[in-house]
Amino acid sequence: MTGRNKIGMHAAAVGFALLAAVFFAIALMPGRPVRAVERDTASDLLDYASPLELLFSPDGKRLYVLCQQSNEIRVFDAATYAVINNIAVGRTPRGFALSPSGDRLFVANSWDDTLSVIDTAKLSVIATWPVGAEPSGVVEDRVAKHLFVANRISNDIAVLDALTGEEQKRLLGGRGASYLTLSPDGARIYATHIYPNPSPLRTGLENRTVPESEITVIDAARAVVLDRIPLHSVAGVFHLAFSNDGRLGVVAEYHPKNLVPLAHLEHGGAFAHTLTLFGADIGKPIEVPLDELERYAAQPFGVAIAPDKSRIYVTCGGSEMVTVIDVPRLMRFIHTHAGPYVQDLSASSNYVVAHIPVGRNPRGLALTRDGRKLLVANRLDDTISVIDSRTLRVASTITMAGPKTVSVLRRGEQTFYTARQSFQGQIGCATCHIDSTFDGLTWDLEPDGFGRDVVDNKLLEGVKDTEPYKWNGGNPNLPTECGPRTEKYFWRSQNYSDLTLTDLVVYVRSMPTRPNRFRLPGGELTPAQERGLALFSRTVDKFGKPIAESNRCSFCHSGPKGTNQKLSDVGTRKATDNAGLLKAAPLTNIALTAPFLHDGSARTLEEIWTVYNPDDKHGRTNDLTKDELNDLIEYLRTR
Amino acid sequence: MKKLCMITMLLLAASLAFAAPPASVPHKPKAAQAASAAPQVPQELPRFRFENFTTANGLPDNHVYSVLVDGDRIWAGTENGLAVYENHAWKTYTTKDGLAHRAVLSLALDKRTGDVWAGTMAGLSRISGGRIDTFTQLNSGLSNDVVYGVSVDGEDVWVATAAGACRLNLKTGQWALYNERNTPMAEIWVYAVAAAPTKVYLAVWGSGLLEYDQKTGRWDKYDDPDGETEMVLFKDQGLIHEIVTSVSFVDNIVWAATYFGGSRYDGRYWHNFLTKDSGLPSNFINTIKGVDGNRAWFGTDKGLAYYDGVNWAVYRPSLTSGKPEMTVRDAQGNVSPVAVTTAPAHNYVLGIDFQGNDIWVATAKGLSHGIRQP
Repeated sequence: MTGRNKIGMHAAAVGFALLAAVFFAIALMPGRPVRAVERDTASDLLDYASPLELLFSPDGKRLYVLCQQSNEIRVFDAATYAVINNIAVGRTPRGFALSPSGDRLFVANSWDDTLSVIDTAKLSVIATWPVGAEPSGVVEDRVAKHLFVANRISNDIAVLDALTGEEQKRLLGGRGASYLTLSPDGARIYATHIYPNPSPLRTGLENRTVPESEITVIDAARAVVLDRIPLHSVAGVFHLAFSNDGRLGVVAEYHPKNLVPLAHLEHGGAFAHTLTLFGADIGKPIEVPLDELERYAAQPFGVAIAPDKSRIYVTCGGSEMVTVIDVPRLMRFIHTHAGPYVQDLSASSNYVVAHIPVGRNPRGLALTRDGRKLLVANRLDDTISVIDSRTLRVASTITMAGPKTVSVLRRGEQTFYTARQSFQGQIGCATCHIDSTFDGLTWDLEPDGFGRDVVDNKLLEGVKDTEPYKWNGGNPNLPTECGPRTEKYFWRSQNYSDLTLTDLVVYVRSMPTRPNRFRLPGGELTPAQERGLALFSRTVDKFGKPIAESNRCSFCHSGPKGTNQKLSDVGTRKATDNAGLLKAAPLTNIALTAPFLHDGSARTLEEIWTVYNPDDKHGRTNDLTKDELNDLIEYLRTR
Repeated sequence: MKKLCMITMLLLAASLAFAAPPASVPHKPKAAQAASAAPQVPQELPRFRFENFTTANGLPDNHVYSVLVDGDRIWAGTENGLAVYENHAWKTYTTKDGLAHRAVLSLALDKRTGDVWAGTMAGLSRISGGRIDTFTQLNSGLSNDVVYGVSVDGEDVWVATAAGACRLNLKTGQWALYNERNTPMAEIWVYAVAAAPTKVYLAVWGSGLLEYDQKTGRWDKYDDPDGETEMVLFKDQGLIHEIVTSVSFVDNIVWAATYFGGSRYDGRYWHNFLTKDSGLPSNFINTIKGVDGNRAWFGTDKGLAYYDGVNWAVYRPSLTSGKPEMTVRDAQGNVSPVAVTTAPAHNYVLGIDFQGNDIWVATAKGLSHGIRQP
């Protein structure tokens, strides 16, 4: 390189840096310019397809693609990948399934709580059925008697009449019930869930226990829960697959290590990304890691087993790759090595035979019937990778129709989901904020001693304009929260570039708020909610004594998001906390975010007041009867 | 604590009320109609061979407060855990498994889902596919931790507690509380609940029988018309006594148990049962369970009794010799013994449930399986 070129390069770099700084400054300004960016990019948001899940028709001739952001099912010719049709469905579809004959395609629309029924001959929606809260997965039994729908918010699996869509009952699922799989013999349905189940009554550790999850096993004919396969120390369970002979089951999951400081990322990881194997080939379920030192398999999501049971394929949304496991080697390993293996970063080298780089945020996958091709939906770059299973390379890439440019929001979302930024690629924002929400866990973030300053992870939706951030209000704005704090405590790696940070902040600020499921359709309040609102707003207690302004619910939890953005002492400080003052938590969709309080010590909304408010410092509540406290909670659930 | 637990043995397990289509119900029970009929030998009264379960053969405790039949499985709420009998073996759930408390006072089955609800001395537990979730007055909207009764109707779980009743809607997660502030409940000690699609009945200790109309949301109250606690002045003119301990609602007929006799109510007429003019072995009735509009089982402190609308049968260890005993009483009041070789484990009966033609009985000294004999 010549000196002139060097000078030119230098000048260009300086110019770029200046430009970046200007963009960064603009993005961080709380005023009009940021809103202008959001308005522009919000329109872009609607144009992306965001392919999330894939399905082949039973005859293998069609490929159905669930497009989460464009709210449609796109139908492709499975041989040529030519588009056959685009079918509009409900809002934010999340899961779909074909009837066994392939004549109907059921789509779970997670944001409008409906199920679209598509006639696959006509390729049109023939019915839209109301279902439960945030339907995320669906499956039909073999005899077309029942449809099963996993409802993420109500934590259950609804059983519907497969012909009419009439709901017959709901089965208790795991918390955040989301994904359903029919066993190859059609006898059972296996359900997974993305948040850990509620912790037991008696922990003795302020609710700090390792998370517990489950695979809910349902008798398809009787539509009752038969069994729950426990998944210890697991939180975040995604797709489940069976071998064709039904003897091997495998499920993709996260294994968080949330009881030790997350800041010790470089000392062994905050998460293990694992599979649990079960079934007749395995016997007692076994958890095996996918991670390797220097190469983590962040955010495992989709899983498929080759028709000849030779391989397991796992999409890793954060690592942007497909992990390939040799099943015979895996079997040899687990039969010759005593477990547990989860903490062993050398284990996976015994059975992981390939990592196939794919697109941004790979999620759903589908194998052709002969197992020769594996298709992977890359959600955040609108592509589908077609992998040759013999060479284990991407043979071609299908580009979905849509915007050619990548918007600020899109880049921000890509940054949110990727694990590239963190030390050894271990985690991304979306690892703890699953699907841009939260993970239901409490974390020990900082290296200030084990068990000090434990914090509860919160929802991000509606987080815009609720600064300061952190429970102690230590971060004045989102650029600080997402930038230096994240880089320092979470990534343990290089900093974001200014533009990348801007993208990320714009995305986080733009996260839409899910519809509140506890409000009546017209928005009016039920009598109990009305009574609760009166209690929330009251200025005198039941004895006629004035309640100090700072001790009224409506003072600290004021405004549309339920926070005055100020710090106060509500009497919930623990001996292990470094700070005494805590920020008033926003109330957006508060009912979904258990556990509660800054350290997650309250397992339910009730416990905030029945256990952790003995001195009436967290609002005047000890004059309330149980009925009245229930009313107050009914109102809070509408926020 | 032991004393407390002995006291709690007085507490009753709620009976499940089944949704049943309206039947043609006579205004008077058969007993009232039978006075002019010819004397009948009650040959059809059921006979049983009782097999008794105690700690000697797998029960976690001999104090059995409640029993629930769930197909081939039998659930027994004992003073020391929730036991389930399946494939000829007992398994016990305890607080280590997440059960709210070791003393399980009441049980109910959600027939649609197979979930079992257990009311305990310290909260309400849901057992679903082996997983136990517990609701208490601290972690949920439950009105009180002492749960005497529980009943499931569709998406609603009705709970009878020491501080009123409550209803948990399983779809919405909303709790509604019912007590002296929003019902005609003078006392809030609710001993039992029977919920059906049309009506919900609460057995209130000291405050009669409460009826909730599911359609209108209105409450009605049935009291002892004479208001006397020690005597009955107005028999068959209303509820027999204010201290109601159990209620069963089947075929649109209410069967109510009190510590001072039993009552049957068809929506218009009452018919009451006392030892002095019926086959009841005792007026102290812990639990009652209707078979249909005319037949019912009574669990008393002096044995298990069956009423077929005309005749009575009593099954118990003899109060004097302790030997197995069965007696029958016809419509004319003739009492005759029936030779038997087995009897329920104890005459203090706290819970009853049916398994086909068989009966399961929770007693103060074991669980009994009455196997119907030809």
